[in-house]
Amino acid sequence: MAVHSSQIYFDHAATTPMVQPAIDALTAQLLKTGNASSLHSTGRSIRKELEEARESIAKAAGCSAIDVIFTGTGTEADNLAIKGLYWLGAKAGKNIIITSTFEHHAVMDPIKWLQEHEGATVIEIPVSKTGSLDLTALQAAVTQHGAKVAFISIIHANNEIGTVQPIDQVVKIAGDIPVHSDAVQSFGKIDFNFNQLGLTAATISAHKVGGPLGVAALILKKGVNIEPVLHGGGQERDIRSGTFNAPGIIAFASAASNAMMHMQARDEKIRKLKSLLITKVLAAVPDAWVNGQSENSLPGVVNITFPGSDNEGLLLLLDMAGIACSTGSACSAGVHRPSHVLMAIGLTEDETTSSLRFSLGESNTEEEIEKLAAVIASVVEKSKSAANKKVSK
Amino acid sequence: MSGKLKVIAAMSGGVDSAVAAARAVEAGHEVIGVHLALSSNPQKYRSGARGCCTVEDSHDARRAADVIGIPFYIWDMAEQFHAGVVENFLSEYQSGRTPNPCLRCNEKIKFEAVLVRAKALGFDAVVTGHYAITKEVNGVKTLNRAVDPEKDQSYVLAVLTADQINGAIFPLGDTVKDDVRKEAQARGLFVANKPDSHDICFVPSGDNAGWLRERLGSEVGPIVDQSGKELGQHNGAYTFTIGQRRGLNLTVPTPKGEPRYVLSIEPKTNTVVVGTHEALAVNKIVGQPPIWCGPAPEVNKVYKGFAQVRAHGEPLPTKYQFDGTHLIADLDQPVFGLATGQALVIYEDDRVVGSATISETF
Repeated sequence: MAVHSSQIYFDHAATTPMVQPAIDALTAQLLKTGNASSLHSTGRSIRKELEEARESIAKAAGCSAIDVIFTGTGTEADNLAIKGLYWLGAKAGKNIIITSTFEHHAVMDPIKWLQEHEGATVIEIPVSKTGSLDLTALQAAVTQHGAKVAFISIIHANNEIGTVQPIDQVVKIAGDIPVHSDAVQSFGKIDFNFNQLGLTAATISAHKVGGPLGVAALILKKGVNIEPVLHGGGQERDIRSGTFNAPGIIAFASAASNAMMHMQARDEKIRKLKSLLITKVLAAVPDAWVNGQSENSLPGVVNITFPGSDNEGLLLLLDMAGIACSTGSACSAGVHRPSHVLMAIGLTEDETTSSLRFSLGESNTEEEIEKLAAVIASVVEKSKSAANKKVSK
Repeated sequence: MSGKLKVIAAMSGGVDSAVAAARAVEAGHEVIGVHLALSSNPQKYRSGARGCCTVEDSHDARRAADVIGIPFYIWDMAEQFHAGVVENFLSEYQSGRTPNPCLRCNEKIKFEAVLVRAKALGFDAVVTGHYAITKEVNGVKTLNRAVDPEKDQSYVLAVLTADQINGAIFPLGDTVKDDVRKEAQARGLFVANKPDSHDICFVPSGDNAGWLRERLGSEVGPIVDQSGKELGQHNGAYTFTIGQRRGLNLTVPTPKGEPRYVLSIEPKTNTVVVGTHEALAVNKIVGQPPIWCGPAPEVNKVYKGFAQVRAHGEPLPTKYQFDGTHLIADLDQPVFGLATGQALVIYEDDRVVGSATISETF
């Protein structure tokens, strides 16, 4: 069976194609020699381009250039922020972490690790059925534990259902408590301004905005000197050692600038496609529903529950029909576990394993959505009959 | 079934299922590789020959599918596996029987849950790397022994109904294992030299008795002879198997100094009964419920055939009959140390007639 190179790609939240300016920047850099930390002119010339890249990313993210610490992945940046802010707080006797019930694993798992290995106490703030953080509960937790809280980490826009969180209000409630936000899905897609939000730390990643894989950044307010996770050559304020990935960083900057430049037009186009997808899919499968809400959310992410179906079967059949989508986050064995995000907004375990995420990007078209609409009813029907069969004891 | 089919190849990450999938592609079928995740908490790495559902195995299965050039998915069957195989394994031991979980897995998972799901999703059949042959005689598909007697797995497939056999494809039945490894090498499948899996996949330590003790407790009970005289004590009757000689730790010798064997296990009284080798002799085996792998025999008619009572046991010449409820084998020669809970499989030459779980022996 041929690989679907011409597959309809509705998985842009997993990763999205690189944009031409980023491809051009990357390929141009690959031809150049030089370690950006070297003192000679070859090294300095690479460093100059790298620092320009840092400045454009800072501009796109609404922070100062010095706040930008490049990392290998978003997961790395999340780990650096969470462990670093915790250890910083713990020195001052603060061992409480406040987070939400529907963070990405890259935030949730290091927090769990701190709980299991470093004596952290974790307070998880619930979210509403429409996928918004419960600010009253956050206020109550801060009022009760404020002096003992090391940091707060709340995702900016949820990766599975796309809902945007009121980070400005989180920061207001937090007062002096440092706030980190995973903005991997939102950066470059919706308004995200680090300084205006008043954040202490945030995570952004290149490959979600048309940049290359393997480069991301922790934005960390100057003067917040957290412990590094990687020790070595002292790059990036001594917080993230390791040879600069200059080609990746420079291409990241191109992608970020490109995303900012076309944000409004892309937003309009993709939201229109999303709305069409929702209308068409719900018309084809009348008992299906959309999780979260489509207004205050990412332009391209839509999560739909097809009751009674089984998303392993849905994904397989859609894949065979030439359509790529996602069941949510997968564990290392590739097994689909009930999504903690969907559980957090009140779905049952059965409902979570009946749900699919479609995430749209600039390359998608109305015709592609029509193709999905044409097959979705029969795919759901087949999957339902497969899901109904339970093994007898 | 013939012609081009849409099939699911169950890929464990081992060499057999990889070659089976490759052969199915070559036979012209549209093949989708599926790895079954059978544990909700899989071990990360494989240690030696134990276990078959580690994260490493799922990675190996994926790489094999890539090399063959077929789509690949993982199906989470952990819940079904736990309910149909692991719980059954525990309850059988609790009842004093010795279950065969590989048979249960074929019966409940590979050719039940997987085949049913595959058919519902629009597939025609399931391909596995089992060593067995299916033949179509007068429009009826039968299950037969593989050509490699060392690897023949018809015994553990004898729980398949005629319908399930219809939905099963075993591309390796005509090949010996060594040639399968050579073929894997030639096809560029790096699993070519991966060790075969043995033992029970959900007991990765290989310590079956310890695993059972952890879950069922270790209540001390008596070891008695056939007259009821207590000879010693044990830590949980269910960790013993009929025919077992070692591990009894008895200090009282028999009058003739003969070794003693486990004759029966009485779970209600937590008693293990031991005796001499002669006392283990079994001439008649009764099993239920019967599963027919092809046409069912006539009720109460006595047939001649072969009985097999262990996965790689000898075929034992026997007369057999179906009384409407039980499958009964009258062996020409006695067999020793036969545990209830194991499968009685009846063959007519190389063809599997059917099977039943052994409930009584005489």
